[in-house]
Amino acid sequence: MSVLVDARTRVICQGFTGRQGSFHSEQAIAYGTRMVGGVTPGKGGQRHLGLPVFDTVHAAVRETGAEASMIYVPAPYAADAILEAADAGIRVIVCITEGIPVLEMLAVKAALARHDAVLIGPNCPGIITPGGCKIGIMPGAIHTPGRVGIVSRSGTLTYEAVEQTSAEGLGQSTCIGIGGDPIHGMDFVDCLALFEADPDTDAVLMVGEIGGSAEEAAAAFVRERMTKPVVAYIAGVTAPPGKRMGHAGAIVSAGSGTAEAKYQALEAAGVQVVRSPAQLGRRVAERLGH
Amino acid sequence: MNVHEYQAKQLFTRFSIPVPEARVAASLDEVRAAAEVLGMPMLLKAQVHAGGRGRAGGVQRCESLAELETQAQRLLGSRLVTPQTPPRGLPVSRLLLEAPVAIARELYLALLVDREAERIAIMVSAAGGMDIEEVAATQPEALLVLRIEPAAGLRRWQCRQIGLFLGLTAAQQPAFDALLENLYRLLTGCDARLVEINPLAVTEGGALIALDAKLDLDDNALYRQPELAALHDPSQEDAREIAARAEGLSYISLEGDIGCMVNGAGLAMATMDLIALHGGAPANFLDVGGGATADRVARAFALVLSDDKVAAVLVNIFGGIVRCDLIAEGILAAVEEVGVAVPVVVRLEGTNAALGLERLARSGLAIETAATLVDAANKVVEAAAAQRATVQRAGGEA
Repeated sequence: MSVLVDARTRVICQGFTGRQGSFHSEQAIAYGTRMVGGVTPGKGGQRHLGLPVFDTVHAAVRETGAEASMIYVPAPYAADAILEAADAGIRVIVCITEGIPVLEMLAVKAALARHDAVLIGPNCPGIITPGGCKIGIMPGAIHTPGRVGIVSRSGTLTYEAVEQTSAEGLGQSTCIGIGGDPIHGMDFVDCLALFEADPDTDAVLMVGEIGGSAEEAAAAFVRERMTKPVVAYIAGVTAPPGKRMGHAGAIVSAGSGTAEAKYQALEAAGVQVVRSPAQLGRRVAERLGH
Repeated sequence: MNVHEYQAKQLFTRFSIPVPEARVAASLDEVRAAAEVLGMPMLLKAQVHAGGRGRAGGVQRCESLAELETQAQRLLGSRLVTPQTPPRGLPVSRLLLEAPVAIARELYLALLVDREAERIAIMVSAAGGMDIEEVAATQPEALLVLRIEPAAGLRRWQCRQIGLFLGLTAAQQPAFDALLENLYRLLTGCDARLVEINPLAVTEGGALIALDAKLDLDDNALYRQPELAALHDPSQEDAREIAARAEGLSYISLEGDIGCMVNGAGLAMATMDLIALHGGAPANFLDVGGGATADRVARAFALVLSDDKVAAVLVNIFGGIVRCDLIAEGILAAVEEVGVAVPVVVRLEGTNAALGLERLARSGLAIETAATLVDAANKVVEAAAAQRATVQRAGGEA
């Protein structure tokens, strides 16, 4: 009843013994995520939070059968962490780290093309299958198991979408925060395809923002391939051109990547667009006849 | 991060990319000294982080020393207003002085990170000197884009193809190959997201020379480029935006009168949009970040209120990992510390939201709480209108 991860998924943390890694691993364990260990170079053989620590991802995979990894290592080492996870055979790589140089990510993306792994992020809240598996920094308590898939480029705005769908009594199948960086892993189209194929997802709520053309690509995908209803919100209608709004990817330059252009593309593709961030949950409920 | 043209050209020189002979001057004395070396006529270029300088009078060709001094005196210490600067313009504290070049043709050349292709793209046009967005819109056939494979790097066949497209002669091709290769070395070596030469001149003698230079460095990579990070010129940015960055906050000045304080960039943009949907106008974008602690909230508050056009403030926090009751304490501390003279509307959602709202309501301070996003937007738009009316009345009486 989900995509990519569920209650059976074996998860490790890279940057396990650091402050962020420790805190969010504790939260993940408390949520019920099947955490099986962690990686911190130089600390292999120790135990942390009651779990084994490994020097390398390869050792962690060999000993625990880990399939997913959440990465909390600092930006200068994060690209390395992603590549190590991919080479070790990790299937779902979730990179929370913010601030990776864009040229590093170009190299990472090119190298990942040779692997089966999917990358979520970087600079993202992570992925959660409510009631089963939480990999990321999102607050677990606002999520409810249900049948709406959520895919979003932002953090707290995703929580807003989650909270609203929970309040409508809908709940979520899986929520994926794909991140705000210009060069990142999974895109809207990848996530839409997974939700379309998932028998336990009835509708998708997509939260985009200004910059790039991922929402336009998503519109084309919805028109050609999706049978399930899609509701979309785009943040940044009031953003001034040329200014970077927090996320490195959220920059509107010279008329491309504007919220308005994205809304038009989505509407033309038959996506139900919602202009108010206060109406995300309501609009999905309406589409599902609740 | 943007750098000045003169700084970009100094980097060009280091990477063996030809630029005109030049001097940088910050005073009239330095302008005169430069004139002695370079001779007349001379090109004088105001150094600001914005395009459109030519039409705004920021680029002058001076035939005589007297003319040069007049123009330099006019520009130094002034604020240059172009279509790309804020309405107040940007301060001119340095001039670039260059020996003029006899131009036969003007080309456009840029290397940039192409987010869709996930490659470095080379973009060229034979219509140099023009705004590239305009070229793309009006004569797309004049534009050629090639992408560089990360594993292979820039290849000679790409240089040749571009040279042919630009109509370069066989004699010019080797110089162009070198120039493009050096530009690619500069982009990758300096962690730039964009390096643009517009125009790249073909001189009457057939040589290639970069007449302008634009460089946008990746902020995420500045930690490993300390020498380039030192090129930062804070005078070219909004003072509040710089103060915000020093505090780890992300702030952008806007034109409206409703101050916004939000956690998360996406939610911050959504909050601005919501205010506009309900008939108001945001005064700023402000992301207090994921780790919104009470202390950060207090500093963010002071920042929002330092903008005197703010007539009301909307605080919109989604407490995920952070607890809303702690955020509420930060808001209260800030309001008391800063002495807030405008209405404040607070919407809290998430962990301990009810507790946080209750604390605000019981504080006795003039803080209005909101239960939902719509409620918050309506209340703050109304409060801003009322505040404007009050200020106007007070102004009328005085």
